[in-house]
Amino acid sequence: MLSTTEKEAIDHEIGLVPHKRATVIEALKIVQQHRGWISDDSVEEIADYLGISPAEVDSVATFYNLIFRKPVGRHVILLCDSISCYVMGYKGLYAALQHKLHISFGQTCPDNRFTLLPNACLGCCDHAPAMMIDKDLYRDITIEQLDDILKKYA
Amino acid sequence: MMTERPLTRNIYPDRPPMNLKEYEQTGGYAALRKVCSSMDPAALQKLVQDSNLKGRGGAGFSTGMKWSLIPMDDKAARPKYLIANADEMEPGTFKDRLLLEGNPHQLIEGMILAAYAIQADIAYVFLRWAYHEAAALIRKSIQEAYDAGYLGTDILGSGFHLEMYLHTGVGRYMCGEETALLNALEGKRATPRAKPPFPQISGLFGKPTIVNNVETLCCVPHIVNNGAAWFKGLSYSEDGGTKVYGVSGKVKRPGAWELPMGVTMRELIEEHAGGMKSGYELKGVLPGGASTDFLTTQHLDIKMDYKSVAAAGSRLGTGTMIVLDSGTCPVGFVHNLQHFFAQESCGWCTPCREGLPWVEKILLALEKGDGKPEDIELLQMHTQFLGPGNTFCALAPGAMEPLQSALKYFMEDFEKHVEHKKCPYD
Repeated sequence: MLSTTEKEAIDHEIGLVPHKRATVIEALKIVQQHRGWISDDSVEEIADYLGISPAEVDSVATFYNLIFRKPVGRHVILLCDSISCYVMGYKGLYAALQHKLHISFGQTCPDNRFTLLPNACLGCCDHAPAMMIDKDLYRDITIEQLDDILKKYA
Repeated sequence: MMTERPLTRNIYPDRPPMNLKEYEQTGGYAALRKVCSSMDPAALQKLVQDSNLKGRGGAGFSTGMKWSLIPMDDKAARPKYLIANADEMEPGTFKDRLLLEGNPHQLIEGMILAAYAIQADIAYVFLRWAYHEAAALIRKSIQEAYDAGYLGTDILGSGFHLEMYLHTGVGRYMCGEETALLNALEGKRATPRAKPPFPQISGLFGKPTIVNNVETLCCVPHIVNNGAAWFKGLSYSEDGGTKVYGVSGKVKRPGAWELPMGVTMRELIEEHAGGMKSGYELKGVLPGGASTDFLTTQHLDIKMDYKSVAAAGSRLGTGTMIVLDSGTCPVGFVHNLQHFFAQESCGWCTPCREGLPWVEKILLALEKGDGKPEDIELLQMHTQFLGPGNTFCALAPGAMEPLQSALKYFMEDFEKHVEHKKCPYD
């Protein structure tokens, strides 16, 4: 069941567009914000609420990079793997993160602390390599700084 | 002579952007006042057409021309929409971030003016999800603009109404393609639409719609304030205005700078970016983002404008260049690009969906030392099969630009991978 808070937030979005269906992405964002990820049940609940098929909701949910169809850890690390960060050595950072956290791209720490994901260009190529943890952007990162950065996230 | 930089003059790296009051004190919203009191939409469209402003998102189409295709008579379908494409995601591109975070009111004023020119009823900022700081700033600035009467009903007594919303995406390169962006705004997968009908006729929710890039819209208030001739005069070439250029890669001072349209590649790399880091030599340049053809040292003196870069065999694109240095393997570099494009293909049409992963796998095999001589021919073949005219949108043809030019300029590197059965840069 969608919570009252979730429903209210979705209703607000419905009020801004010509038909309910147009709020699928917003609804997915809202539910993910409350639950951390989008489960099969969440897909069905959103579909019910908007009056469309679960398959249609899932086709949207699986299309976008930042809608998580699997559970993620408490913090999500998005490491930029695009061209400027490639030139400036994101691969070294990736190796160091793998070594420190014992996880690779697409995996979550057993204690649920971090999920590590590759991410397309974060738009700060003049400060490559870059990564984002939750909503915090880190630029010009060196391997030496990683411990201090990771420490901030319990 | 000090060069004029209207778009970034009031952007300071170490200070938060101007709020509404500060923006007004530096001449902000004067253009909107001028238009609301003394210009009809047709005159504003004509002014922008005369300024020779071209779209800064990558395609370089005349902005005034784009606007002129929107139905303006009383029978035009309503509501009409104006959308700012702020879904900056072309790898190597970071110019719109500067404008979004540095002066959000400039974008909002540009959007209101553009909306007035096409008599739009609703405006959206379609913002990249990753730009959290920009999202907060734009949300705040839109509210300030409403409170000051620059948005809402009967703006400045002109009888013109406009509602403005911020939409943040959930991550997909395709959203930058204007028809795919419209699908995303309608809550659908971001797949491209067939053209015609063009968005000007049938866009968002089937209504007349204009999509303009952030930097393009930011130019509009300055054109209104200073005139078309002034705007053209800012440029070193026939394309009007300044351009926010950028350089990233192994240069001494990577960054973005607003400069007259048409500065040379050499000036950008050697003066503004400080030249190459010591120990590295310039080997190639993608002049305008990941989907543009390589240029090399022989092209350093070309002007960075639409026509000159095209004449040299590439595209100005977003004007933010990525430098390939002598220590970076061109095959690995292009593999990284193709990995991005294969991942971001929306899957709508077969050549792109199937072809890009194939290209990526061939390049990976070459990098690992498993390449065969015929692989190079296969790559050549793909640059044809995935080229213009064979795919639904410009994603795959764009992906082929750096590949075809890498094969042209760096063939020796490709051949060495096959010959030595390893990457010579490892």
